[in-house]
Amino acid sequence: MKQYVFKRILSTIPLLLIISFVCFVFINLIPSNPAEVALRVRQVPIITEEAIAEVEAELGLNRPFLVRYVSWLFDCLKGDFGISYVNPSRTVAGELARCLPATLQLAGASLVLVILLSIPIGFLCAVYKDGIFDKVMRALVFITTAMPPYWVGLLLMWFISIKLDLLPTSGGGSFAHLILPAFTVSLSYISTYIRLIRNNMLENMKQDYVLYANVRGLPQKVILIKHILKNSMHTCIVAIGMSIPQLISGTIVVENVFAWPGLGTLCISSIFNRDYPIIQAYVLLIGVLFVVFNLLFDILQTVSDPRLRKEGA
Amino acid sequence: MTPVLEASHLSVTLTVGKKRKQLVKDSSFAVYPGECLGILGESGSGKSMTVKSMLGLLDQHFSITGKALFYGKDLLQEKRETLRAMRGKDITMVLQNPMTCFDPLYRIGNQMAETFAAHTNWSPQKIQEESLVILERMQIQNPKEALQKYPHQLSGGMLQRIMIGLAVALKPKLLIADEPTTAIDAITQKEILDAFLEIKQEHQTAMIFITHDLGAIAKVADRLLVMNQGEIVDEGTYSHILHHAQDRYTKLLIEKRQAVMGRYQQVLGGMI
Repeated sequence: MKQYVFKRILSTIPLLLIISFVCFVFINLIPSNPAEVALRVRQVPIITEEAIAEVEAELGLNRPFLVRYVSWLFDCLKGDFGISYVNPSRTVAGELARCLPATLQLAGASLVLVILLSIPIGFLCAVYKDGIFDKVMRALVFITTAMPPYWVGLLLMWFISIKLDLLPTSGGGSFAHLILPAFTVSLSYISTYIRLIRNNMLENMKQDYVLYANVRGLPQKVILIKHILKNSMHTCIVAIGMSIPQLISGTIVVENVFAWPGLGTLCISSIFNRDYPIIQAYVLLIGVLFVVFNLLFDILQTVSDPRLRKEGA
Repeated sequence: MTPVLEASHLSVTLTVGKKRKQLVKDSSFAVYPGECLGILGESGSGKSMTVKSMLGLLDQHFSITGKALFYGKDLLQEKRETLRAMRGKDITMVLQNPMTCFDPLYRIGNQMAETFAAHTNWSPQKIQEESLVILERMQIQNPKEALQKYPHQLSGGMLQRIMIGLAVALKPKLLIADEPTTAIDAITQKEILDAFLEIKQEHQTAMIFITHDLGAIAKVADRLLVMNQGEIVDEGTYSHILHHAQDRYTKLLIEKRQAVMGRYQQVLGGMI
């Protein structure tokens, strides 16, 4: 088991290298010259060739591509992601650290909503398959999957904040501010998980172990919760693991709709300002999150399944 | 003598959408105390369906008519909860695929314990003791360790014996074996059949033994039903059926078997 975990961790190193490289290459392929952009943002009245060359030297853009990549990579390993082009008084790490908590708060709240709503609803849909509850839920799931989050966000804002005047439309800080964006982010995940859990449970209900549990005269409650639900959740674990980084990165659009002061808002403004170090660090961060959570939940699944545990040992 | 179980005019119909299919047609039979009734038939002939329908193990797509009297009480009229309480205690079953019948996520000990917990108010210690007794009786080596094992760590034969052990643990009035020898290898098959013979001799438990294997049924069954396409086509003792089969299908089954056995003996004879 230990060996398996160790192997899995080692295998992520080349993956992380590739991610960092691809992320660096893509950002550098952007056609506009960041030195020029930096000058413009700093409101330099006349942009001359000399001024551009000066800023290029200042930002280290005149060095060869690979040299820049390697030095950036080593700096990243030390936790130094560089300095914002647009606002040289701020470090990238500082900017990310400033915005990360708000995004984590939003993603965390969404995850809690996803788990709290999708498991019981998926469970009930499976138990009362083809009943009224199941049919209504399936229709809702179908509708909400088809609606893009930014539109849902706007609809909710219009209805709940403006028409009913219950919650603030945008901004951050209080719990009331969190509700609408968290719900918007989680909505499509809730639908996905309701479907996943419902189908998994229905699939499990056909298994021999359920028939045998009935043959042994176990109460329905025990069969449904202890056996069917646990077996169904099991296949959801990896999906949930992958949903966490998706939730963190997926807040971009919703954060902008609700002006939530998180990573997504930072990222979008950096994209508009051509603030490369921040975009780079953001893309890298999300990539690393995907790898780390994938690893974590793979290991978790292996630990929680007696069959895999043995093979992995 | 009152029969343990008496089915009269039992029919099972499956309705999917607008299609209706009759899986069991107007079947009547009885099992008497201490007797082992064999039900013989090929796959899909409605053997398992017959017993599952009486125990309330079919979902709402199946409609069941007729009567299934268990000591005079009609099982088909009982509430779900009453039936559940009877299953696993008064009427127990041994199923076909031991490898997939246990939940892969729980230890054997846990799954045995939950069965006892559903039917008795035994303390955890008592449950543990009884589980060990069962495993010992079924000749499982290192019973203490076996309780801690997950299903995938045990062989099909062992799981099958645990299933049989669990089925007789609470002294049922009727034991139903649904093709218990189909999914396991020939050597283990013999052990499993011996286990059933032993139960029959020791506890005098009434049994229904479902199989498509004439050899297996010949060993344990006192009386035979032959089912074909949802209908009972022949009934009698093994030798009676062997020599006086009424139905064309039964005759075919016996002929085939005799042909196979004849060929088998020929080959063996040639070798000696």
